[in-house]
Amino acid sequence: MSAVSAISDTDRIRAILARVPDPEIPAVSVVDLGIVREIAAGTVTITPTYTGCPATIAIEQSIREALDANGFANVAIETTLSPPWSTDWISDKGREDLRAYGIAPPPKGAATASLKNQTAAECPQCGSSNTEELSRFGSTPCKALWRCKACAEPFDRFKCH
Amino acid sequence: MDAIATYALRLGDDSLILGQRLSEWCGHAPALEVDLSLANVALDQVGQATHFLNLAGELEGKGRDGDALAFRRDVMDFTNCLLVEQPNGDFAQTIARQLLFSHYQELLFTALMGSKNATIAAIAAKAVKETSYHATLASDWVVRLGDGTDESKARMVAGLDWMWRFADELFVMDEVDAAAIKAGVGVDKASLRAAWETRIDAVLADATLARPAPRRATTGGRIGRHSEHLGHLLSDMQFLQRAYPGATW
Ligand SMILES: [Zn+2]
Repeated sequence: MSAVSAISDTDRIRAILARVPDPEIPAVSVVDLGIVREIAAGTVTITPTYTGCPATIAIEQSIREALDANGFANVAIETTLSPPWSTDWISDKGREDLRAYGIAPPPKGAATASLKNQTAAECPQCGSSNTEELSRFGSTPCKALWRCKACAEPFDRFKCH
Repeated sequence: MDAIATYALRLGDDSLILGQRLSEWCGHAPALEVDLSLANVALDQVGQATHFLNLAGELEGKGRDGDALAFRRDVMDFTNCLLVEQPNGDFAQTIARQLLFSHYQELLFTALMGSKNATIAAIAAKAVKETSYHATLASDWVVRLGDGTDESKARMVAGLDWMWRFADELFVMDEVDAAAIKAGVGVDKASLRAAWETRIDAVLADATLARPAPRRATTGGRIGRHSEHLGHLLSDMQFLQRAYPGATW
């Protein structure tokens, strides 16, 4: 394989994976969530968002199917735990996709912020910051449950991690 | 299994048994918020267990993976501490167990991030972020129940009183720990105790509770001497593999 085609293969794989949705948040791709860590010739490296995320196996299967269907059956998928996934790896597009889907994205730099002093989430419905946390644990491991005091709508917030 | 494999096994067994215990609350918790919280904590623990037990199987080198270690061992082969196998009791007793364990686990994983075993260091670095959520959840509830009504306070006191006797075992060191420390893989658990006590005392003060009276520690889990409760837990958790050995789907 020449260097030129290796580069274009990497770009092609990236484009394919950018259309693979996260199984639990289908509005966002596995690339924009930061799950895809590295695309090299012959190998795609992924990392789980949460240790106990039940979607981890489904994510690997979706990526496998997408690669196979697009002529990359020979590309291997490797999983790495280190460095640990952080919400800072969610792309700007991913953050916008989350908001449009009704999930408040985590603030940037949140990975190092203290849990107790977290900033108020912005309501994805009306944009108000007059919000409160109802439960630190929500419908999936990655989300907390919040409520907007301006428009009274409950919403999910992607947990700072 | 050598000492390093056993070290990974113990880490995995603690997480697995606590995860299984917590999952018993699913659909039974006093409020939806609590149900979701405990299920999420259980999921995190089972996730940690998967990683640690897979590693233990790899280090052992006899072809056993995490599933084989979780579902095809008998009760005497489990190396979890006695604290995590204690029955859920009422919600306050569950929260008492979580308080003592999650603060220990957060300190332990923080220290294990420096392990020379790259896999243990990676699992610890990943899981410590989740563990800090668990410790916060447990602390908040201890304060809410302890500084609540007479009824909730009495239950919180009783729950802590029961679980306290199993706390010493968290910090007990034996030859497995010594070998793991010598190899740069393990950490001196005894050295975590002062920080742990500071954290627990701060939560108890917030909750207007006193530390339970000291009592003779109950230990033995690390070498397979368990309470009768673990056998019942396993008969539930391992039912499928016992009834249909090797079943997959
Ligand atoms: Zn709103």
